[in-house]
Amino acid sequence: MTERQRNPHDPDERGHFGPYGGRFMPEALIGALDELAAEYDKAQRDPAFVEEFTRLLRDYANRPSLLTEAPRFAEHAGGARIFLKREDLNHTGSHKINNVLGQALLTKRMGKKRVIAETGAGQHGVATATACALMGLECTVYMGQVDTERQALNVARMNLLGAEVIPVKTGSRTLKDAINEALRDWVTNVDTTHYLLGTAAGAHPFPMMVRNFHTVIGEETRRQILEKAGRLPDAVAACVGGGSNAIGIFHGFIDDPDVRLVGFEPGGHGIASGEHGATLSEGTPGVLHGARSYLLQDDDGQTIEAYSISAGLDYPGVGPEHAWLKDTGRAEYRSVTDDEAMDAFQLLSRTEGIIPAIESAHALAGALVLGRELGQDGLIVVNLSGRGDKDMDTAAKHFGYVEDS
Amino acid sequence: MKTLDALFAQVRAEDRAALIGYLPAGYPTVAESKELLAAMLDGGCDLVEVGVPYSDPVMDGPTIQAAADTALRNGFRLRETFDVVQSVTDHGGHAVVMTYWNPVHHYGVDAFARDLIAAGGHGLITPDLIPDEAEEWLDVSEKHALDRIFLVAPSSSEERIARTVKASSGFVYATAVMGVTGARESVGAGAAELVRRTRAHTELPIGVGLGVRSGEQAAEVASFADAVIVGSAFVTAAKEGAGAVRALAEELAGGVRRKSGHATVAP
Repeated sequence: MTERQRNPHDPDERGHFGPYGGRFMPEALIGALDELAAEYDKAQRDPAFVEEFTRLLRDYANRPSLLTEAPRFAEHAGGARIFLKREDLNHTGSHKINNVLGQALLTKRMGKKRVIAETGAGQHGVATATACALMGLECTVYMGQVDTERQALNVARMNLLGAEVIPVKTGSRTLKDAINEALRDWVTNVDTTHYLLGTAAGAHPFPMMVRNFHTVIGEETRRQILEKAGRLPDAVAACVGGGSNAIGIFHGFIDDPDVRLVGFEPGGHGIASGEHGATLSEGTPGVLHGARSYLLQDDDGQTIEAYSISAGLDYPGVGPEHAWLKDTGRAEYRSVTDDEAMDAFQLLSRTEGIIPAIESAHALAGALVLGRELGQDGLIVVNLSGRGDKDMDTAAKHFGYVEDS
Repeated sequence: MKTLDALFAQVRAEDRAALIGYLPAGYPTVAESKELLAAMLDGGCDLVEVGVPYSDPVMDGPTIQAAADTALRNGFRLRETFDVVQSVTDHGGHAVVMTYWNPVHHYGVDAFARDLIAAGGHGLITPDLIPDEAEEWLDVSEKHALDRIFLVAPSSSEERIARTVKASSGFVYATAVMGVTGARESVGAGAAELVRRTRAHTELPIGVGLGVRSGEQAAEVASFADAVIVGSAFVTAAKEGAGAVRALAEELAGGVRRKSGHATVAP
């Protein structure tokens, strides 16, 4: 990774991607956001910072991650070729480590000693606890009580890594409420504490900064697919909850107009059931957690609780850049139900010996559909954003491998 | 002269601070919230903040979160905010609405302003809307002659305080401490310092909120601020009914008239 030039896809200086993004935040936090934006701006122009970040990605996180062709899986996709970007092989098992290492380095630059984070599935919490252990930072992770139960193993991991995990018992007791609680902690302890937000959402500069820490995914993928397939893919598929893995891989191809960028949102029990997390497909513009974006909300502007079998995707908001990519038509967003995602989860396991995260299985299910649409000559890259070890309990219940408790 | 300007001018003429009380609309029900607000006015609140219950109140501590949750579970609808404001107006009181931005954004800023004016409301306090993002609200409030109460915080830079007060009207809301809403043992010396810093940039009255719960604290804050804002303590009192709310308002109203400025609080 070289020193960053100004990216034409950056938001304006107040963090707006078209009509989305910005800072809908309490005044008390604006100073901290300004400090973060200024420090990030300096850091990305500082060769020492860029070198340290690159070194950690290489020597600690195991980058570059592989690009693996999945021919037996692709037999179920109408004959299109499918390649998997193996973010599951990163240290801590998902793409989350990229952003976490970047922000932890920034935390140290700002002289802060304490980090707080939210987590849904636990991937971001584990990655944050890992980076804090590595860099000697105090770490507190907020996690919805419902999620601490369905992802108990990740709670144990975070504890082992020295983080304090606080179960959040307000609201829907999932990711959205964990973010609310982290924001309350931040406004109280902002002098000493960095809020290490885990997705490309929230107030400026988070959506841009988190994206930029993940664009390494797209940069590597573009190079690797040209080497392996000799051409650019017809489509890049990624799952979208908050949207960080998707924005990271999309940006490798955003200036290649012939490459379709397709985000797959959690369709839960089906859109018609009302139990889903398909924010871009079914939501309307609104303000949540510091930014204007698409949002699942009722007639009064109250947030509707999202649902997905995947703890990492059931978020009623989405990063503001995705809202902009949807409106401009540069990216398209579709939904995949729980059942479709779980079928793809099992199919990849049995055809390729790779157990994906249920989040990533949404992108895999989407790729099966895209492949059939594209036909024999199709070429698809799927961002396999995480590994599925954490999901064994959910999977075992879904497929009836164990008694449902 | 707009109503809030006149209200603060009169309070100043009486050489005291104003008392501003907060309760959420629809807590515990719409009908009961009207009674509780009437009790606040009867007890001596000069102005009430009618809160809009919201699903994701990131600036609020457990007391107000729980109240918002109760109101929503009891079926509160956003348009009922205006019924509650109307009840304050009908009781001879003055109301502003305190709301997170998304409900207003979703309702339509102009429609919200229109309905607020019709109910006799005077303006909006917007805890998660900063002037930088408030372009539409600045235009609409100008058109409807509604007041815009923005917040300043101990972490605000001089530049941000200057920008915020410039965009404000009616009064400026100074958050006494870094944190969420909730009654506290001590309001903190930071509040007086923030008022002093804000005063350097504006002639507008400055209200101090976050943490005040007793007549003694109200008197302390009244020694350096133009208004004392009390929220969580009223919500706690509301659990015991209108009598407790009125009693608290009376105690606080006594406090804002005492101005027993403690020596610990620098002017």
